[in-house]
Amino acid sequence: MNEIHALSGAYAVDALDAAERAEFEQHLAVCADCRAEVASFHETTALLAETEAETPPASLRAGVLSGISQVRPLPPEATSPTVATVVRRRRAPQLLAAAAAVVLLAVGAVLWHPWQTTQRDDLAAQVLNAPDAVKIIEKVPGGHGELTLVRSASLNRAVLIGHDVPPAPSGKTYQMWLQQPGQSMVSAGLMPRADEATLLAGDAATASAAAVSVEPAGGSEHPTTDPVAVFPLPAGDTGNDGA
Amino acid sequence: MSHLRPVPSDPPSDEGGSVGARLAELLKRASRGDEGAFAEFYDATSGRAFGLAVRVLRDRAQAEEVTQEAYLDCWRQAARFDAARGSALSWLLTIVHRKAVDRVRAAEAATRRDAAYGHREVGVSHDETSEAATASLEATRVRTALTDLTPHQRQAVELAFLGGYTHTEVATMLDLPLGTAKTRIRDGLIRLRDALGVGEVGMA
Repeated sequence: MNEIHALSGAYAVDALDAAERAEFEQHLAVCADCRAEVASFHETTALLAETEAETPPASLRAGVLSGISQVRPLPPEATSPTVATVVRRRRAPQLLAAAAAVVLLAVGAVLWHPWQTTQRDDLAAQVLNAPDAVKIIEKVPGGHGELTLVRSASLNRAVLIGHDVPPAPSGKTYQMWLQQPGQSMVSAGLMPRADEATLLAGDAATASAAAVSVEPAGGSEHPTTDPVAVFPLPAGDTGNDGA
Repeated sequence: MSHLRPVPSDPPSDEGGSVGARLAELLKRASRGDEGAFAEFYDATSGRAFGLAVRVLRDRAQAEEVTQEAYLDCWRQAARFDAARGSALSWLLTIVHRKAVDRVRAAEAATRRDAAYGHREVGVSHDETSEAATASLEATRVRTALTDLTPHQRQAVELAFLGGYTHTEVATMLDLPLGTAKTRIRDGLIRLRDALGVGEVGMA
């Protein structure tokens, strides 16, 4: 039993931090034993919850039932075109196995992390574990927080994770940026939770820099404040797999 | 690649597999837009979902919000529930728990983070909880099974699952070396699982 298997219990009870959780979910995609173990732990903790049962207020029932009347149930899960495209365009042979694992994970994701938009998160986990992943850490001003950028040129994607980064002030949000050589910063999406691995939108392989800034809720078209972190990205990685 | 086998969603002592199967069927109907089926699913599970959220969050208003969000997620994603991979109840409660824990970590509320409070709760929580719980045979069975755990395993499992603490926090609270807490949580879950007869999930 290696180190990662030992995390199954803490994972099942949501006792991992964001980075450990992302790492373990990647492992789950390829480890049937851990999937089975986590499933059995979820059944176990469901029984443990029995000891805490408590009658909810009637307002909850009313809220749920009026809520669902305005929400359309999703169709059964299809495989992820986003992931499949990326995988196929890059390293076909090695990554086919990974693609199969991802599809399997997507199908099984209902059990492990139905609370997330699984395809984005699967891709984020792929980036974090890519063989060519490069990690850059920047300190955030004020306090001891830091932001870590992980980029995989072969996947053409980057992921940001914060450690001890304070939440954005009320009414503000963290926004991520990518800069292509010779151009200005372009939004790579919002980062509502600094402590969660967040996938940047855009071509990370060719970008010359990434940044994070504090913006009004909803985000901005261009950075309106000095970035809290800037990550210079090494040039020359064009995502051609370096082969 | 192996597949997960169906999980026995009912205790062996229960009247057959009817409860788990019925919940799964209700979710299936809900996935086709049957609101009545979902209301029935809610009525059969909401005590456990809400109770778990209250236990983790320690705040009934927040617990209500989190539970509502979780049910809306279940409604939205009902088509993606697969009875072959686990019970409907554990699917729901996994969602509730993750949401409650994420909310706690985001908020970092000072009272909630008071380690002394967590310590004080260990071992007494089960005796304090609601009348509804006392009435449940299943809860009695679980409490009995909990006595199979070593006191350390039980503390680690309860602080992590019911308290919503990370394994790092659990290690600090119990004065354990860091690596020991996650092992203890896992060992405790294995022992509890086996005592409850949940074993043999998907080892095919």
